[in-house]
Amino acid sequence: MTEYGDRYLVGSQREQVSRFRARVMLLVPLAAILFQVYVPRIIPVLGYLELPLLVTIYFALMRRSQIAGLFIGAFIGLVQDSLSIKQPLGMYGIVKTLVGYFAASVGLRIDVEHSVIRFLLTFFFYFFHEFLYWVLARGLLGRLIPFEVQRTLVLGLLNAVVGVTLFHFMDKLREPA
Amino acid sequence: MRPILAAAGSEPGQMDTLLNRYRNITVLLLVIFAQLVLIAVQVRNDQDVRMVRIWAITAITPLARVLETVRGGTSSFFGDYILMHDAREDNRRLQADLDRLKMENQFLKTEISTADRAKALVAFQQHTQSRTIAARVIAAGAGVTSKVVFLDRGSGAGVEKGMAVVTPDGIVGKVVASYPTASEVMLVTDPEFAAGVVSQMNHVVGTLKGQGQATCKVDYVPSEEKVEVGEAFYTSGDDRIFPKGFPVGVVRVVRPGSPYREILVEPSGLERGLEAVLIVLEGVHQAIPELPPANAPIYLGTPPPAAPGEQASQPAGPAGTEADKLLQKYRQIGVAENHRFGEGAPGSKPPDFNIKVPPPGAGQGSDAETGRHADAVNPSSAPPPSKPANPPGTPNPAAANAGVSASPRPRVPASPDTRPQTRAPVSQPAPQPHDQ
Repeated sequence: MTEYGDRYLVGSQREQVSRFRARVMLLVPLAAILFQVYVPRIIPVLGYLELPLLVTIYFALMRRSQIAGLFIGAFIGLVQDSLSIKQPLGMYGIVKTLVGYFAASVGLRIDVEHSVIRFLLTFFFYFFHEFLYWVLARGLLGRLIPFEVQRTLVLGLLNAVVGVTLFHFMDKLREPA
Repeated sequence: MRPILAAAGSEPGQMDTLLNRYRNITVLLLVIFAQLVLIAVQVRNDQDVRMVRIWAITAITPLARVLETVRGGTSSFFGDYILMHDAREDNRRLQADLDRLKMENQFLKTEISTADRAKALVAFQQHTQSRTIAARVIAAGAGVTSKVVFLDRGSGAGVEKGMAVVTPDGIVGKVVASYPTASEVMLVTDPEFAAGVVSQMNHVVGTLKGQGQATCKVDYVPSEEKVEVGEAFYTSGDDRIFPKGFPVGVVRVVRPGSPYREILVEPSGLERGLEAVLIVLEGVHQAIPELPPANAPIYLGTPPPAAPGEQASQPAGPAGTEADKLLQKYRQIGVAENHRFGEGAPGSKPPDFNIKVPPPGAGQGSDAETGRHADAVNPSSAPPPSKPANPPGTPNPAAANAGVSASPRPRVPASPDTRPQTRAPVSQPAPQPHDQ
């Protein structure tokens, strides 16, 4: 890419960076985590939704900052870990840190406003999230848990569909440019 | 920050991009590392050991192993080098000690040998009837072929020219010159030396002559005389220098010649070197030691007792010795004349021992013993022996030579030695040695 292209892209990215209010950045993830830990007790089917991951992907994509994305992912993951009794702190933190970092990296290069792109990225990052968690669980904790590819793909589709819808509503929370 | 950026690139825009790229990845790695540490602190394995400890040990141990290997190798290398350096020094020192100990050992061996020789010399001096005086060899002759030594005893000690010089092993030479404090001795190997000698076995006399070599020659021994290799020669006393009966040497070579045999003798007095000798001041002739008789009686124990139910062992054939055959002959004469030995009254007619009696085995005897003997020698009844038994009247050569009888008697007198004496040891004149 030429120097002119880089400058144009950077300038364009700066124009496309979404800004959120601090309380939105704080409350939305907490709400997603609360939904993750509370709603499935009432409606178990909703336990398949990974709302903290969707929120992480959304904020990382829209912020278009790798550092911001990895910190958002680390924060959401650590909070999610802290609410899991049998989960050591850091498992979801590492996974969501990497998801946030790579999602922000992708958001820097492609247009993430399109719904199809969002669907595909959500599906991909869900699969990446589950696979990375499985790798870490086996490598760091020695847990011999199976990795069900078909189930993961189906759940990825489900979360991608929910994610596209969720992202549409979360776009309303952006500060106007 | 500005110099660092200037060193990394030329344009600020590129610097910002590069810095942003490294900053993001660095932050990412730090955050992940921090969470990894967080996990490691919390998680324990099956043995209740924290993962952080396991990871730390797993991460540190290989490095420590590598460091220890390097340290050990380096330490071992320098240690080995130092040890090798010390080992080289030790090797030099031990080699020097070994050389010194070898020399000391050789010196002690020489001392022991000298002491043994002196002891043997004293014993021989006390044993021999000749009057002798001990002397030490202090010098050797200067001539190339001259076999002359000097002794530390001279005329002051009673040594005179012509006296014999001997050792317990044999004669050494004779004094050819006597000085006040020393004497000159011509060795037996000197070409001008001569002495009368006689062999031990057959008493063959001859003249010992030196050849300037290690061996001496015994001359004037006729070809018909019997001298064997290994036979010992002694002084005959005929030269009026060496008393009779001193050992001279052992025959090593015997060659036929005309008119004299060629006999080489290894002088026994010089075998172990010359250091201390005896000078014979007054010689006394002594007998030449005899060889042990070849047919000396040999003790034979009684045969073992016969087992119950077995017949006592009897000679299988006729008696093998002359005495047994004579006893059997007398028994047959007694049977033929109805004479019982040992029961005749004094004055009664003795049996006629000149009658002819049939030889054993010629016919069936009247008693069982005769028949047994006949069976034993009858070739038609006896199986063909692989090793033929001695026929009657034939002495057993092995038994006869060894003086062993086949009879169970424990001791048998030796048969007289019928070998002719080739020459009387004293009465036979010997060739006169070429005395100086």
